[in-house]
Order: sequence, then structure tokens, then C-alpha cells
Amino acid sequence: MDIAREVLNIVVVGHVDHGKSTVIGRLLYDTKSLPEGAIDRVKRIAKEKGKPFEYAYLLDAFEEEQKQGITIDTTQLQFRTDKRDYVIIDAPGHKEFLKNMISGAASAEAALLIIDANEGIQEQSKRHGYILSLLGIQKAYVLVNKMDLIQYSEEKFNAIKQEMNEFLTSLHVYPLKYIPVSAFHGENITASSDKMPWYKGEPVLKAIDLFEKDKGLEGKPLRFPIQDVYKFDSRRIIAGRIEAGTLRTGDEILISPSNKVTKVKSIEYWVEKDKVDQISAGMSVGITVEDEFFNQRGEFISHTYDAPITSDTFKVSLFWMGKNDLVKNKEYKLKLATQEVECEIYAINKVIDATTLENLENASQAKTNDVAEVTIKTKREICFDEFRNNQNTGRFVIVDGYDVCGGGIVTGLAQERQSVSKFLKQDDEITAKCFDEYYYVFTEGGIKKIEGVPHSFSLGDVIPSTGVTYEYPADFNVVDIRTGLIAIIRKSKLQDIISMKLLTYEQSPFIDSQGAFIKIHSEEDFNNFAADLEKLQQSEISRTAAFANQWFDFMKFRQIRYLTATKSLEIEYQI
Amino acid sequence: MDHLDRLEAQSIFILREAYKKFGKLGMLWSIGKDSTVMLWLAKKAFFGHCPFPFIHVDTTHKIPEMIAFRDRMAKEYNIELIVHTNQEALDAGMGPDKGRLVCCKALKTDGLQQVVTKYEFEGLILGIRRDEEGSRSKERVFSERNKDSEWDYTNQAPELWDQFKTDFPKGNHIRVHPILHWNEMDIWAYIEREKIELVDLYFAKNGKRYRSLGCAPCTGQIDSNAVTVAQIIEELKNTKVGERAGRAQDQEDSYAMQKLRKDGYM
Ligand SMILES: Nc1nc2c(ncn2[C@@H]2O[C@H](COP(=O)(O)OP(=O)(O)O)[C@@H](O)[C@H]2O)c(=O)[nH]1
Ligand SMILES: [Mg+2]
Repeated sequence: MDIAREVLNIVVVGHVDHGKSTVIGRLLYDTKSLPEGAIDRVKRIAKEKGKPFEYAYLLDAFEEEQKQGITIDTTQLQFRTDKRDYVIIDAPGHKEFLKNMISGAASAEAALLIIDANEGIQEQSKRHGYILSLLGIQKAYVLVNKMDLIQYSEEKFNAIKQEMNEFLTSLHVYPLKYIPVSAFHGENITASSDKMPWYKGEPVLKAIDLFEKDKGLEGKPLRFPIQDVYKFDSRRIIAGRIEAGTLRTGDEILISPSNKVTKVKSIEYWVEKDKVDQISAGMSVGITVEDEFFNQRGEFISHTYDAPITSDTFKVSLFWMGKNDLVKNKEYKLKLATQEVECEIYAINKVIDATTLENLENASQAKTNDVAEVTIKTKREICFDEFRNNQNTGRFVIVDGYDVCGGGIVTGLAQERQSVSKFLKQDDEITAKCFDEYYYVFTEGGIKKIEGVPHSFSLGDVIPSTGVTYEYPADFNVVDIRTGLIAIIRKSKLQDIISMKLLTYEQSPFIDSQGAFIKIHSEEDFNNFAADLEKLQQSEISRTAAFANQWFDFMKFRQIRYLTATKSLEIEYQI
Repeated sequence: MDHLDRLEAQSIFILREAYKKFGKLGMLWSIGKDSTVMLWLAKKAFFGHCPFPFIHVDTTHKIPEMIAFRDRMAKEYNIELIVHTNQEALDAGMGPDKGRLVCCKALKTDGLQQVVTKYEFEGLILGIRRDEEGSRSKERVFSERNKDSEWDYTNQAPELWDQFKTDFPKGNHIRVHPILHWNEMDIWAYIEREKIELVDLYFAKNGKRYRSLGCAPCTGQIDSNAVTVAQIIEELKNTKVGERAGRAQDQEDSYAMQKLRKDGYM
């Protein structure tokens, strides 16, 4: 094998008997990916069982599967085209084996959804479509199979295409292609079929080469969940897999949720050739750090300017596979990246019938094979991202008893939770907008503020003193103009929140809660500012602008960067 | 990262999960190429250390070179080695003449079961791969076995997003499969890249070599002139014969492997 080759995992899903296993068997057969004797073996088995030859037997290896002519569990097989290598995953279509279908689909990047042209769209066609959307599998083709049974009719094909497209579009799954095939007879599998000259697209084998692999996980914010800490020798190695981003020796890192900051001292290795000074997404690595805090499995390492969300309450979409219903007021275990925490269902917001997309009225539990939107409350705060921002750190499973019974994705923070960052000390709080970023966005033709991930900073917590478009010193003070409270930041940590009146002047600079430098250079300035502020608080709002123009220098610690569009947070060049 | 880097990273992740989760953990070492690659991966995962014992279930029918290689490598790699033999079965005259599957069951499956019981293992690391044969292609990375090492293969636990099965009743154990996602060619390409030392039997002597290693009476040689890893890779590119074609127990009946494995075979 050429090791530079790309590998793509494709899952084949759809209703029972619509021909999933046959499609795969045929692909393997036609690409000559089967070991010698495999076909003979299948012929022999068919004969022993007194059944006709089935390509599906190549995958349905269990005796029970072959006897009953069904797929019970998922299989992974490999084959290759000129372009790349494939791992093709066969999934069962029976509702009762949905958990196996999900196990198979969860490791795929792309999907083929098979629909029997004769039977049309069935319950599992839709349910599987829904699961694909939940798993975030956006790359999908629909294969309309058994075209031989409907005399290769274009009209019938178009009718199925239209119906399925309506359903999938409502789930935000946009199939890239619809391909009419006859898997058993090999039509439109590896070569264009002369039975369907009206179909102008590619056959399956050529079409899958057109799936584009996701790229660029290395460029995302760093997420390095700690898997374990080793002390086999004099080194204290923090081990784990980088789920996103890139890390270099010497980088300043933040460990969440304990909020500790340190630097990467070394990247460890066993054999000399594995020595590197930069590691990135997908790698299983080990590092040592400068400050030997107590670290433990589950904590997230990130850069200080791009921390994950830390919270104990969040909204999710999930599918339930448990024998027992998912209910409120019951203790479950949640596993997200390397974190494990007790949790309960705080609210069941919606239970959805995945085949009709109807909401079940006032559902108080989710049953096996249901899809639900719920709010989860964990016993302690955990780190995560929203699934749309980072798939690897935005999905989780729920364990009930001994078994994984549910899986889901984080869709956001619970509504009642804060939406802005704050400095907190008991009852005192200051809204911290000083960590928002400002960009000039070309497509919008103006300056746009992008808010940082909401976070509450308590005393002792590290604050992100350096962002993409701002850089504060390690020591500074944040003045809340509205309340006259001051957050004191020392060594990039929140040291205290006190009233302005109680502050004794030191050299550290002052900013307002938006991040503007306050022009205080001496104790005299400080006293004048305090006096002006007191006057301002007693007068009307109309004077605020004059006050701000006199005292504030917005750009001292800030800059504005250019951005093509707000979606691609990619900096083109700098002012 | 290239293809081998990704395979390696995933295997290391799995090994580390197993080490973190199971107090009593052991790795099965059959002296063959796959489990020797696994040994190498373990050294990488734990930065030169091997924090669990290696287990060799010795049927006493192994090819002598394998035993010599085993003992030398155990010293060189500085690993703790547990060698176990099902002595009662041997004393009672068990051997391949009693039937291949019967013999495999007694000397390998039961032998393994005795080790699990004796050392109370919660986790056993095995070097099986999906591309080897049908029932292995359906395996999970963390696969539960009951007290009698039986595999309930029609009712396997869901496994998604590398969240493996780590909760199970006491007495059961988990078979951990770190190289399940590798294929035969990947193994050889990795051996070549990492320069991993293997037992000589894989390399041709007098026009013959072993492609897969098992017990002497049940393992056949193939015609080959490959004397280096690179030559083996070249040879494999041009063959259509299955890897385990030389392993007699697989050929006994259509579901031989499934039946053996249901009862706890590797
Ligand atoms: N006529 C016809 N039958 C097919 C075709 N593809 C599959 N089948 C048959 O449909 C049945 C179910 O196929 P299988 O692959 O096991 O379906 P699965 O349950 O989706 O995996 C088998 O008997 C196949 O031979 C096709 O293109 N045309
Ligand atoms: Mg099937």
C-alpha cells in the first residue's frame, strides 16, 4: 500500500432488504477486492443452505445472518480505487439493530443511503436519514436500488428522488447525488449502465471518488483532552490525543476547567525518529509542562486565547438506544472526550418521531429509537464545544447501568444560562466585554464585533489577556463605568473585585469593560477620573459620549483585523 | 499525518484507554507479526515502558524458533512475561489428532480462560484484525466476554466516537483490540517503516516461508522467495490468496472461526 494515500470511511445505510449488503458485496467483487475463494465459499454456503447465491453473504459472515438473510451487526471492509482507499461499513437495516447501525455510522465521514425502487421510501430510510443528520454526516448520496424491478423507469426514479429530497432537506441533509442502480446485476455500480441511458451522472464507484474529505482540523482552536498522566520514570508525561488544533513546544496553555496556565516544556517520544516540536489534530502524544500542577484525566488543554466552553448545563440533541426509557430525575453517566461525569436530564424539551418528524406531545420520556432534544445537567462543570464548532469535543454518550444507551451532540448552552462573560465575586459582577474581538468584514462592509465564548471568571481564574485583536498587559484593572466596581487583574488572573473608592492607585493601567484604555497616567489622573465618574453617574446618559471621548483610548490595546466574511474567521492581512 | 501515522495514533489511543480503565490488564503475545507490532505500539504508547504483563498461551506445539525468539525479545524489550500451558489437557493426551477444533479449544481457548481466571484479568489486549476473517470483521474495539469467556456476538454493545465499553459486571472481561482497523499490508508496511524485528520464520528459506504463524501441526508454509520485509510487501501485492489459508482450523467448516471465537478463542 502506498502510505501517502487518503482513506475515506463510508457507511451504507437504509431500510432492511433494500440491498445495502449487496451494493457492498458487488463493489468488492467488481473491484476485485475479494480474496481468492471468497466467491466459491459463498456459493458453497448458498448450496448448503439451499438458497440462491447472495453477494450479501460476503459481509453477513455470521451463521445467524446467513440463515435469516439479514445483517445483524456492522462490518467494515476495505477496498481501493485509483484515487484512494476506502473503509466501507455495512449497517443493519432492522429497527431492532439500530444501535449497531449507529455504531457503524458513527465512524463514517460519508454515507450511501439505499432505497429499494420497488418498495420506495420506508420507515428506516427516514430514520437513518435522521441519524446521519444527527451524526453530522453531510456527505451523502442516495442510491435508488433494484431498478431492474421497475424496468429501469426514469419517472419512478424521479418520484422517489423528489420525495426523499423533501424529507432530507428538512433535516439539513443535502444529498449530493441520486444514483439509480441495480446492485445485484451490477448496473451503474462500476460502469455506466446502458439500461439507463437517461442517467447522465457517474456510476457509484466513480461518484464516491468525488466525495471530498474534511480538512483543516489542525487549524482549529487547540483541544487536547488529557487521557492520562504517566510517571514511569523521571518525566511526568501528560498523554492524550489532540482532537483539534496544533501545539508547539513553548506554547502557553490553559488547562480547563481548573483554569491553570503553564507552558509546554517538551514533546515526548520513544524512538528518536518520532522527535518533533509541533503536534496536531489526530496525533496521540505526550507532553511535559513547566509547572507541575496536579493534572487529571478529562481536563482540556487549550491555548489561553481559545478556551472551550465550561458549564454544567447545556442543550443537546440525542438518540436513545436503551432498553429502559430516558427519564428525568435519574442518574446517568455522561462521557465526553475523556471526561466522565454523573448527570441527569434537567428537561425534556422535545421528543421527535424520526420517521415523520412529528413532535410527540408532552413526552416525559424518550423510548428506544426516539430522537430527543433535552437539557442536561452534570454534577460538576465540564469542558466542551458546540458540535457545529467542533465535532470531536461536541458529542457525547450516555451510559445507563453497564451500557452506552444514548449518543448526542451539544447544540448550545441552556437558555437560562448567561450569554456574556462576567467577572464574579460573590454578589458583585462586572460584564466583561473586553474579550470581544473586532473585525472589518469585507462582505459586510463594516466593523463587526465577535463576542468571545461566554465564561464566568471567579477569583483566581485565568483570564484571556491576549486575543486575536487585543492584547492587555498581565496586570491591569477593569472599571465598570455603570457601577464603579473594579476588577483587579494580576498575572493574568482575576485577583479581586472592589469598589473604585477603595482602590489605592498603582501603576497598572485601567481599561473600561469594553476594553478601551482609560487615560490615567498618574495618581492625579486617577483622582480626576474618579471624580468625573462620580459626576457622570449622577447625571444623564447624554454626557457619556463626552466623558468617553475625554478619557478613553479605544485602540491602545486593540487593533482591527480584516476578515473576508464572518463565517471564515480567517485573517487576510493586518492593519 | 500519513496513513500509518493515523493507524498508529488510533492504536495508541486504544492502548492508553485500556491501561487507564482496567486495573488488571494483560496483552496476549502470540510471537507472530501482529502481536509483535502491538508490543512495539505499547512501547510507544508508554514511552518505552510496558506497564502490564504479556501472556503467551503455549500449546507446546509451537515451532521451536518461536519460543527462542519469545524469550530473547522479552529480555530485550524488558517485559513481564506470563507463559501458560493447559497442562491437564496435555496430560490427558490432547493434540491435533483429537480433531483440530477440539485441540484449539482445549489448548488455546481453555488455556486462555485459565489465565484469565488465575490472574483475574479485567482487560485482555489481543492483536486481531477485521480483515482476517468474517467474525473478526464484526468485532468491537472493546468487546465484552462473560465469566466463561463467551462472546454474545448477536447482541454487541454500541461503540461510537471512541467511547468504549468500560462498564461491566464483575467476573466478565473486556477483549481490547488495538489493531482491529489495520490490514495485513498495513502491518508489513509498518514493520518496514519502524524496523521491527520479527521471528525468522516469516522469511523464506529454501523457497518456503510462513505467512501466518500458529502451531506447527496446523500451520502450512507458502512458496516464496521473499527474504526481506520489502520483498514480502511486493509478494503480497500480487497475491489473491487469503492470509489464513495456511491455517487448518479455519478451513474445518464454514463457521469454524465463529464457533471457536464464540467460546473465547482469540
Ligand atoms: N432484483 C434485485 N434484487 C436485489 C438487488 N439488490 C439486492 N437485491 C436482493 O435484495 C435482497 C436483500 O438484499 P441485502 O443486500 O441483503 O439487503 P440489506 O438488508 O439492505 O443488506 C437480497 O435477496 C438481494 O439479492 C437488485 O438490484 N435487484
Ligand atoms: Mg444487509
